[in-house]
Amino acid sequence: MKYPTKLQEGVRKVATREAYGEALAELGRENPAVVALDADLSKSTKTSVFGQAFPERFFNMGIAEADMMATAAGLAAAGKIPFASTFAVFAAGRAFDQVRNSICYPRLGVKIGASHAGITVGEDGGSHQSVEDIALMRVLPNMTVLVPADAVETRAAVRAAATTPGPVYIRLGRAGVPTIFGPDYEFRVGEAVILREGRDVSLFACGVMVAEALRAAEELAADGLEAEVINVSTLKPFDWRTVSGSAARTGAAVTAEEHSIIGGLGGAVAECLGEHRPVPLVRVGLRDTFGESGTPEELMKAYGLTSADVARAAREAIQRKRG
Amino acid sequence: MGNHRDLEEKAGAIRRHVIEMTAAARSGHPGGSLSAADILSALYFRVMRIDPSRPDWPERDRFVLSKGHAAPALYAALAERGFFPVEELETLRRLHSRLQGHPDMRKTPGVEASTGSLGQGLSMANGMALAARLDGRDWRVYVLLGDGECEEGQVWEAAMAAAHYRLDNVTAFLDYNGLQIDGPIERVMSPTPLDQKWRAFGWHVAVIDGHDFDQILGAVEEAKKTKGQPTMIIARTIKGKGVRFMENEVDWHGKAPTPEQAEQALRDLEKGGAAR
Repeated sequence: MKYPTKLQEGVRKVATREAYGEALAELGRENPAVVALDADLSKSTKTSVFGQAFPERFFNMGIAEADMMATAAGLAAAGKIPFASTFAVFAAGRAFDQVRNSICYPRLGVKIGASHAGITVGEDGGSHQSVEDIALMRVLPNMTVLVPADAVETRAAVRAAATTPGPVYIRLGRAGVPTIFGPDYEFRVGEAVILREGRDVSLFACGVMVAEALRAAEELAADGLEAEVINVSTLKPFDWRTVSGSAARTGAAVTAEEHSIIGGLGGAVAECLGEHRPVPLVRVGLRDTFGESGTPEELMKAYGLTSADVARAAREAIQRKRG
Repeated sequence: MGNHRDLEEKAGAIRRHVIEMTAAARSGHPGGSLSAADILSALYFRVMRIDPSRPDWPERDRFVLSKGHAAPALYAALAERGFFPVEELETLRRLHSRLQGHPDMRKTPGVEASTGSLGQGLSMANGMALAARLDGRDWRVYVLLGDGECEEGQVWEAAMAAAHYRLDNVTAFLDYNGLQIDGPIERVMSPTPLDQKWRAFGWHVAVIDGHDFDQILGAVEEAKKTKGQPTMIIARTIKGKGVRFMENEVDWHGKAPTPEQAEQALRDLEKGGAAR
């Protein structure tokens, strides 16, 4: 499998939530057991695409996320493959106890499509920008956590979720992101993918930050630094072999995520490297803070989530390695 | 008045098991288990279409114990019905037991939903009922809620949804024993008037004596005949029913009897503290 080592600039941007809606409808055509639930946000989460195609299999539960999650659990217990969607801040936060006790504890196959994750929600502000959902979902036993990087990977993740036993959390974004992968991209749950090889530093990224990490690698290459870029789209189960293997080769690590540096990708990589392969690590992400209103681009700059920030972190990690 | 000797006997057996199990475990919730014993006896020995030899039979009726702390009564009913050996009941709450402190659908044959965090069972029951309807199946979903549990907001979200989706294959019981951990429900956080609330949420409501089998079975028949809306059977019950020193005593919500108290309780139950 050949992966893109460089980001193609200028390609049409597609939001992962758009890809989610299309993939879900496609899945619905193939498998009559697939049903969808939403909590009055179907036009935003794009489950409306499924709802229009299969109205009898679409359940709008109103503004009642807790009820939606436990209803999805009941559907799963009776043999359906329910996809329950709302904003990440409500899916993981407001309905946490239902996700824990009604879904994860009995290991029921509810697939949670959590859109509008991270600060690229933009103008709605901090109340709607989930910076903690990966941490909340990753800590739950039996949960699989997926953070696709682009539309192609999102479509693959939706299909994989349907066939993965037990609960799955798919983190999706509101804003358009560049398409990284070609149509032949093979996604496997639990596999981190090395997109670009390099010997000086490992850049571990997920979601919208994969594109930024690829850009950062180009910036570093201009200075003669070789960065390895790893797409860690499965946050759980965590591919510690690929992550620690890359760190062993490069001796320096950076994590990049649109999430708090606590408990998300940065936390997972720190846990992994601390246990398997300690190397200098610099985490790029929200530094224990909530977001605020602004355009997605302004916010990514203001909170240090650009390719330049990733490149700076890489230089710091390399410097610490060299002592 | 029908002859319900068999149901009375099974309710008596459930109550004896509840006392013995919680005494052996030295923990558990006898009060709300005893108040629900007659409803469970009626469901498991008369009402529900179930086959203990096939706990996964797709056409079975489902029961969700939303007030999961009444697990001892559910386990006793399942064992008496033949889902697992009665001897296993004494393992309640022990390490590696299939009988967890609160119901675990992955561990116990016949348990349909993992519950214990209050307020979630009706939503799960609704999900099952939606699945039955999608598949064009006639199996029904029964769910038992506590009265204190109705203080949870999610109960009302689920109440709204069941009426909105016209889930006439959902029949809920409300074990209205009037007590919760911190005292009488009226004093802690009154969810009353419960009948009016459920009616206003779009449910068909029956108010019955939850220790009278004629009334329990009559209400279930009424529910089966009710089309286009779910049915809530508000069952007036006595917490600790059948054991004099436990009846209407808030202290027996979540406390196990000592061996001496268990002996006294079993003597009470022998004297016919079960359903009228």
